[in-house]
Amino acid sequence: MAESKSTRELTMSRAMVSAIAHEMREDSEVFYMGEDVADYGGIFDSTQGLREEFGYDRVMDVPISETAYLGAAVGAAQVGMRPIAELMFVDFFGVAMDQIYNQMAKNTYMSGGNVSVPMVLTAAVGGTYNDAAQHSQTLYGTFAHVPGLKVVVPSTAYDAKGLMHNAIRDDDPVLYMFHKRLMGIGWMPAPEGPKTPVPETEYTIPFGSADVKRAGDDVTIVTLGLHVHRALEAAETLADEGMSAEVIDLRSLVPLDTDTIVESVEKTGSLVVVDEDYRSFGVTGEIVATVADESLGALESVERVAVPDVPIPYSRPLEDEVIPSTKDIVSAVQRTQ
Amino acid sequence: MPLVSEQTMEEMFENMVTARHYEERLQEEYLEGKQPAFDISAGPIPGELHLAAGHEAAAAGVVQHLRDDDVVTATHRPHHVAIAKGVDLERMTAEIFGRETGLGKGKGGHMHLFDPDVNFACSGIIAEGCPPAVGAGLAAKKRNTDSVAVSFLGEGAIDQGAFLESLNFAAVFDLPVVFVIEDNDWAISMPKERVTDVENGSKRADGFEMPGVRVDCDDAIEIAEVAGEAIGRARDRNGPTLMEVQVHRRMGHFMGDPETYRPEADQEAAADRDSIERLEADLRDAGVTDDRIEEIRTAAHDRVEEAIEWAKEQPQPEADAAHEDVFVNPMNGVTDSEPDFEAIGGDD
Repeated sequence: MAESKSTRELTMSRAMVSAIAHEMREDSEVFYMGEDVADYGGIFDSTQGLREEFGYDRVMDVPISETAYLGAAVGAAQVGMRPIAELMFVDFFGVAMDQIYNQMAKNTYMSGGNVSVPMVLTAAVGGTYNDAAQHSQTLYGTFAHVPGLKVVVPSTAYDAKGLMHNAIRDDDPVLYMFHKRLMGIGWMPAPEGPKTPVPETEYTIPFGSADVKRAGDDVTIVTLGLHVHRALEAAETLADEGMSAEVIDLRSLVPLDTDTIVESVEKTGSLVVVDEDYRSFGVTGEIVATVADESLGALESVERVAVPDVPIPYSRPLEDEVIPSTKDIVSAVQRTQ
Repeated sequence: MPLVSEQTMEEMFENMVTARHYEERLQEEYLEGKQPAFDISAGPIPGELHLAAGHEAAAAGVVQHLRDDDVVTATHRPHHVAIAKGVDLERMTAEIFGRETGLGKGKGGHMHLFDPDVNFACSGIIAEGCPPAVGAGLAAKKRNTDSVAVSFLGEGAIDQGAFLESLNFAAVFDLPVVFVIEDNDWAISMPKERVTDVENGSKRADGFEMPGVRVDCDDAIEIAEVAGEAIGRARDRNGPTLMEVQVHRRMGHFMGDPETYRPEADQEAAADRDSIERLEADLRDAGVTDDRIEEIRTAAHDRVEEAIEWAKEQPQPEADAAHEDVFVNPMNGVTDSEPDFEAIGGDD
């Protein structure tokens, strides 16, 4: 994998894989487990080329036994290895929920900090391609809710690499949620934006550092994942109408970069939170509540744009209705002004 | 007197040719609009599509023993089982095309088909159809009926907790459930031997002390004989059975699967072993005429064409419909007020 230039444009999947490969070369304790990750290279290209370089021992195809292999990752991590385990779709969490919610997330605390779980759980998230209710969720709120998991959501290739380096090196369990639509898969065209220049050298992006993807003065749009790109597109449209929108990409939900959000809202007075997860008891409510806690006086207007509380429907017009579009974001911003 | 009558053979053949033609036609419809570049969300059938060509004998052989009141749960690869169970073909097709008049009003899609009229359901999560089938068996036992439940699963699902827990639950309560493993050798890109330490999945039954039996080829007649015994045992309240049937994946795991991981010889072998040709030969041996076979084929093709044509004429759902059907009762339950005990002068 020799690259001639120090910075080159990569798809998000290539950036993710380059960080994993780097860590695997550096540390023989790092290995990858998942369904269809070896020969197939990951259904969403999350492990392309890894088996060819590292072999089956370190890039393991596993039985369809999520409880066993996610739990095995927890166990291997607790004795000091640094496993990366992949949920092919985040929606499949249900069959292994205990290992995630009660073991991976809690063992550190219950041991009074005497046990650590240095593993990464990767999971493909998101809809927009009509895969219906059991294969289209993001579930950001579900995993950010339980104490004990760090939750990371890249939206660009640059972020994907830096966050992955940090995730693998972190001694705590990190859930790394990558949006299928951003990966740059041939059969699922990505929007403009996630493919970015990526330095060849290693670098880490700290968790809890939100990124202002576009600066603006009139309204603060807080979002993550695919919707960073929809928000940026909305900001373009709004600029044509003379409105200046600031777009904040959270990059991690746990920890949450409260300062960057509050600082921006104190400047703009208006907060629009955009989320591809369900509306109630989730990311949008949490961000609004956090800003209210920290700086209630700064909040002149608030809008939430999220999936109404229905499962993700299959049919195209139905899915388009529930997943926030660029237009929905534009309208929400207009309502705040 | 053969165990499987000529009429049953004809019915199975009809089911199988219907299912095969259905999958071939869906493949065409699916790929339309995904040219020249394959985009999963484009075209008249969006999303994922898992086709069951090569699996037909398992469905036809098992399901022909079932009545409408018997419950079937199927997998993410459900069409052949749905067809055998008598699911409304037109409304199922409309669902796959995402139309308003589909089985789930366009909300479920091809992995999530529900037809309560014939007690058919399927799920997109591996092995998760097993527990609901056990529940249907439990209901039959509690209500003292002679209904049975059949849960279809793939060989990749036999390593999943939901399946193993279901076997134990069905065994310990002697429930009328038959588990049918459709072994097509491949769990997406994973060949069975790399992820499962038993070659014969029906051996899983041994640990639960229930009968386990494997049919080593996709011979519809043999499958029907073995299934008849298992389903009869369930109906007579003699407990569950685990059966495994060798089938073949003639298409990819999903449409668009490049199958680069799969040896060509394996693909060719799957294409060569055709359960439909085999049953057709059996029908001829039993004295069924060429004309009759052609008549069955033609009727099956026509039925499929009509269903697809009908489905494509159906309207797309209205966007607002996305907000309906999360619950069947109002959000506040069956009442909208608390009793006023003071006014009725009751209770203390």
